[in-house]
Amino acid sequence: MRKSTTTTRRSFLGQAGAGGLALVSGSAWADTTVELPLPGGPRERALTTAFPQKATMILQRTRPPLLETPFEVFDRGVFTPNDQFYVRWHWAVIPTEIDVASFRLSVSGHVDKPLSLTLNDIVDGLPRVELAAVNQCSGNSRGFSQPSVAGAQWANGAMGNARWMGVRLKDVLDRAGVKPGALQARFAGLDQPVVDGAPKFMKSLALDHARDGEVMIAYAMNGEQLPLLNGFPLRLVVPGWYSTYWVKMLDRIEVLATPDENFWTKNAYLIPDTPGADMTPGQAGVKMVPINRMVPRSFVTNLKDGATIKAGAATALRGIAFGGAAGVKSVDISLDNGVNWRPTMLGSDEGKYSFRQWQTDITPPAGAVTVMVRCTNSDGLAQPKTMNWNPTGFMHNAIESLHLTAA
Amino acid sequence: MINAAQVGFGAAILAGVVLAIIGHPGPQDLPAPVTTASPSKPQGFVLKSVSVELPTSDITFPGGAAADAINANCLSCHSAGMVLTQPDLAKATWAAEVDKMIHAFKAPIDQANATAIVDYLSETKGAK
Repeated sequence: MRKSTTTTRRSFLGQAGAGGLALVSGSAWADTTVELPLPGGPRERALTTAFPQKATMILQRTRPPLLETPFEVFDRGVFTPNDQFYVRWHWAVIPTEIDVASFRLSVSGHVDKPLSLTLNDIVDGLPRVELAAVNQCSGNSRGFSQPSVAGAQWANGAMGNARWMGVRLKDVLDRAGVKPGALQARFAGLDQPVVDGAPKFMKSLALDHARDGEVMIAYAMNGEQLPLLNGFPLRLVVPGWYSTYWVKMLDRIEVLATPDENFWTKNAYLIPDTPGADMTPGQAGVKMVPINRMVPRSFVTNLKDGATIKAGAATALRGIAFGGAAGVKSVDISLDNGVNWRPTMLGSDEGKYSFRQWQTDITPPAGAVTVMVRCTNSDGLAQPKTMNWNPTGFMHNAIESLHLTAA
Repeated sequence: MINAAQVGFGAAILAGVVLAIIGHPGPQDLPAPVTTASPSKPQGFVLKSVSVELPTSDITFPGGAAADAINANCLSCHSAGMVLTQPDLAKATWAAEVDKMIHAFKAPIDQANATAIVDYLSETKGAK
């Protein structure tokens, strides 16, 4: 696929703390495409540097942008650099200029005192909070669905972890004064549909969730203001929940006294109300519910599938894991198709919603070796052995297997 | 940039390290979300206005006249890339996708064009 385009104005924000980050590693430097290991469909994707404030990304769609994080980025630490943090937009009318002086966040609806807050009101006028949290697309890994399903054919890079800084949503809602009888808070951003009458992207949370003290309005990630494509100037952060709720360019909060009937809350982003959001293709009569809490995942990041390692010698394995809506309790590996598991050593704990690194080593004899890696979260929920299936390819989190040859 | 929040965050990490050394009593003890010790008047973070350009795509659907309907009706809302990288899907799945574009997302596509688009997708991306 050919990349059209135009001005590259990437990365004027730079990236703090990434430690001499190379854009792509080693021999991949000159690559213009990448092969995603997708079983059902075209594997080749363009690599692009054409997007503002972004380094090399996997191009899934130009407009509205769908940009996947190259997987090797996840080997470089638990925090995903802003300029390689994945991007996903629903509608193509996205403001390209944001003036911080004139921007306003409104709070309206079932409140005592509607608000129109400036960015100064938010940054300097409310308590500042920080939280490390994984942001993951509901459809991350959809490209591995078997049978295939329609939608962005992501590999595993529609996720990232950042240290978010901002204010508590609760503090903003308290300032407006939520009236008795309020049920939900609905969030919308500056993006708009192209076609008149199309449903503006909006998402709602139950009011108790919105006021839990963890849901944030972030104005910074990893110490810098957000890249425009990640939601500058304000983004909702809903720790432990899928990214569909993390509304970008947030400029409108409505407190609702009746259930939100808008398309994106009521009709989109639904999963089967079954364990692991699993069903069989064509299964009838399955109750569908809005996607919600994330589930645990883990990945090997320092070796690629198909790699050759040295037989009879210790080979280091490392990767990342996250617990979803709870912390990482353990990350275990199996070399015998899941019969026996042994624990790995966990890296520093940046908080229960963060990526956490793990490491171990293996010393396999000559021959084929399959490494399975499994995260169990602190609620006791472990990754399943087989991949779930649903018609939208949501909530994949099966145990990953890495096929190696020891020689 | 150093501020009270980050100092607080560092302290929490340190606490986590200490916990790790003395042994982790249980999952309930994972660090809580970190907040500033002193919530009044945070200072030192300045947002700057942003102006960017977003790239456009000039990719069209290949196939000559068979692609006329999809090229004329679909590219105003989204570029072709994600469609071209779809796996092969059943014709009913493509019909449902086009129906979603029309009825849920209000794409102004008449029936003749909708049929031509589904036919094109089924021909080029149909389950074999």
